[in-house]
This record gives sequence, structure tokens and C-alpha cells, in this order.
Amino acid sequence: MNEPKSNTGSPLVKRGLAEMLKGGVIMDVVTPDQAKIAEDAGAVAVMALERVPADIRAQGGVARMSDPDMIDGIISAVSIPVMAKARIGHFVEAQILQSLGVDYIDESEVLSPADYVNHIDKTKFTTPFVCGATNLGEALRRITEGAAMVRSKGEAGTGDVSEAMKHIRTILGEIRSLAAKSEDELYVAAKELQAPYDLVCEVARTGKLPVVMFTAGGVATPADAALMMQMGADGVFVGSGIFKSGDPVARGKAIVKAVTFFNDPDVLASASRGLGEAMVGINVKDIPAPHRLADRGW
Amino acid sequence: MVNHTIGVLALQGDVREHVVALESLGCKVIEVRKPDELELVEALVIPGGESTTIFKLAEVFGMTEPLRKSIASGLPVLGTCAGLILLAREILDPASGQQSFGGLDISVRRNAFGNQNDSFETELSVSGIEGSIKAAFIRAPIVDSVGESVEVISTLPSGQIVGVKQGKVIGISFHPEIYGDARVHQLLIDTI
Repeated sequence: MNEPKSNTGSPLVKRGLAEMLKGGVIMDVVTPDQAKIAEDAGAVAVMALERVPADIRAQGGVARMSDPDMIDGIISAVSIPVMAKARIGHFVEAQILQSLGVDYIDESEVLSPADYVNHIDKTKFTTPFVCGATNLGEALRRITEGAAMVRSKGEAGTGDVSEAMKHIRTILGEIRSLAAKSEDELYVAAKELQAPYDLVCEVARTGKLPVVMFTAGGVATPADAALMMQMGADGVFVGSGIFKSGDPVARGKAIVKAVTFFNDPDVLASASRGLGEAMVGINVKDIPAPHRLADRGW
Repeated sequence: MVNHTIGVLALQGDVREHVVALESLGCKVIEVRKPDELELVEALVIPGGESTTIFKLAEVFGMTEPLRKSIASGLPVLGTCAGLILLAREILDPASGQQSFGGLDISVRRNAFGNQNDSFETELSVSGIEGSIKAAFIRAPIVDSVGESVEVISTLPSGQIVGVKQGKVIGISFHPEIYGDARVHQLLIDTI
């Protein structure tokens, strides 16, 4: 079958896949079996990785891109999109992930950064990228580098939603304040945000990011997921929260329901029942600053 | 112009783009998540998204049978991408437990072009629409075979079927809505 492939990897095609994931839950998985469970639970995509953030945090050491065999296994296990993580600035890991045929690459602070100055030039790739951000300037810098989707970072592997809340409030608050500025104030706004003037003007005019924004980092319950959706997220990444809980199948399904019916407390109440133990979690306040993942990336 | 009330199935996917397209035609739009909301609409759009997720959510919230009944009894419906899959009589490569709502006597193949690296943009023509239409194919399905009463309304140069119409049900593999193009939505409204 030879169909036209003229315009693969265009910005619209890259951003377009993220548009299709809206209102969905993307689940971290470490085995093909977990990927099947995630698909059966109604995940819109899975994030293939070797260790969930909670284990990376507990075990320490350098966290890298996953083994290609493991990623292949997950790609063949499911029909939904498969994402995988590359280290910040590690463009060769990203090249490998593109060659493996993953559907999205997450240039992720959850792995150990490979470059403490530069991020990957994501415009060079056919595979789209999602990147983390803690504030608007960071999000706009990633978009400038070619990110086709943004996720607010939160603090991965904690089960503590407070940082996710802080980051989404910061990003959306900064967008609102940008939209309220007069045109002649946008030059300084761009300087302060450390982001390109044209992109700053676009956000000020439209009142939103030009790409889809999910939220991540600490979502552990249906209520957490609905909280993020009510705040204005387009969807939710759940990392350790599902497979580090007592009953991943039930919890996965419940979080999927909660993201669709985020504004319906009756549905949320019923989705919150009978889920067994949530992941134990760590309070972000108890993590010394050098060990916070959200501080990686700039 | 009559102000029609059109639903967008809002379980998951690019609901917002379809709402904007329909509003640009002067429609009143209702996001449909529950059976009672389905009863309020004159036509329905099933958006792009993950067909597995949308079907599972429809099952959980008791939408599958009401959707099947409404479609079978003549509700005009437009499905794009995942929506096309959900309208097909047969899905050739379903995920475990995945079914559809019916409405189109076709068989479809999911992710027929490959993974995201094979997603592409092109321009094509659609019967009933003047001029060409920009189309984004994002992990898109194709129509593998069609029954006798199905009209093919769009194909790629390769001959692959990417748009069909049967009665008041329209299905396309691609996304005009992410360009803000509402001409296919107008085709849906014309069937009311």
C-alpha cells in the first residue's frame, strides 16, 4: 500500500495527536502485561518505562531511556499510542525512540538529565514530543524547541498532588495575567518570561497555550484527577499512582471515569469507592530540595 | 437559518474542535455524556480520540444501547477517525472487548497507516463539498470494505476509502475540524 506520506511530522500532525488524547488518562507501565491492563482500563495511551518514578526515587542511581526490547514488547501488546521517555537533552535516546516507532517522546525530568544547559531540538524529529513545565516561560521555551504537548510537572513518584496543583495554577495564572496586559506591555512580558515575543503575543491574544496541556506528578486518586481537570488540564498522566496501588485495575478504571466526569460529584463519589489502598506516597515537603525532580529542566 | 441543536459525544477526544466547528455554523451544541442528553439533539458528532477509551466509557455509563438505538432509528451522525471506527459494522482489528455502535455497513482497520510517524496531512475531495479539503490523518483508520448501500464520498489517490455515507450517517478517517473547517459538519446538518 503506497499512500501519500508527503506531510508527515508537520507541527499540526504532531500537535494533532495530543488533541485526540484530550479528556484522557495516560498511564505509566513497565511491562506488556501492565500495558494491557492500562488499555483495558480505558487509558488513551501508555508511557513505557523501566521503573515508575516512585521506584526511581526509592532506588536512586542514573535513570535512562528504557530497553528497546521492553518498548517493543509494549508496542506489540497494545493498540493505543505508546509513549516513552528520553533524558533531557539526550537527542540520541530520542533518535532511538523515533526509530523504535513510539508515538510520542517524553523529554522527561523523571530521568537523569543528559544536558544541564540545552534541551533537545525537537523540531528535527518526526515523532512528536511532550515536555514538562512548572511555569509559563518554561512551557513556551519547550514549545519553541518543538514540543507538541506540554505537561505540568508536579512532583513525580510522590502521590502528593500539591506540586501538580502549584504548577497548573502557576501556568494558567500566568496565561490569565498575560491576556490582561496591553500590547505595549508584552515586550517586557516576553523578556520576563524568557520566551519569544511572537509566541507570548499569541498566548496573550488567544488566552491559551498553542498546544494541549496535560498535568502530571502526584495524581493518585480519582479525586486528584478530577481536581486537575477542574483546574483546566486537558488530561492527566498517572505515573506510580496506579501500579503502586493495591488494585491497579479498579483504580485505573476509576481514574478514567473521573477524568470524563470531572464535574459530576455523584460519579466521582461512586468512582472513589472500593479501590483498595492508594499508593503510600511521600509528602513533597519531606523531600530535600536537591531530590525534587521538578527542578530539573529550565 | 434554523438553529439546530447538535450533540458532540464528549466522553473523550477532540470534542472542543467539533464544538467550535458546529458553533461556527450557528448550531446550539450540547456535550453528550449521558443517555438523557442524547435525547435532546437532532444530530450527533462522534469525535476523534481513542476508540477503545470512548467505547469503554460508553459501556460504563450506559450509553452503548441508547446510541445503537438512536443511530438505528435514523439519528444523523458524523464520525471522524475514532468516530468512524465506532460507527462501523465490523472492526477488523479490535482491542480486546472493543465493539462499535453500528450505523455504517463497512469494515474498518484501525491505525491503518502505522504509528504516529506515519500520520500525515494532505488535501482531498469529498462528494458534496466544493473544492478540496485539508485533511489530517492521525493514526487514522481506513475503510476496508463497504456494503451495497454505502456511498463512498472520499478516497486517497491510492484508492483507499477514507469517507463514506449511508443514509444520514457519515464517517471519515481524517480530521477537517482541527483546521477549523466545518464543511463536513454542514453535510451532516443537511441530512436533518
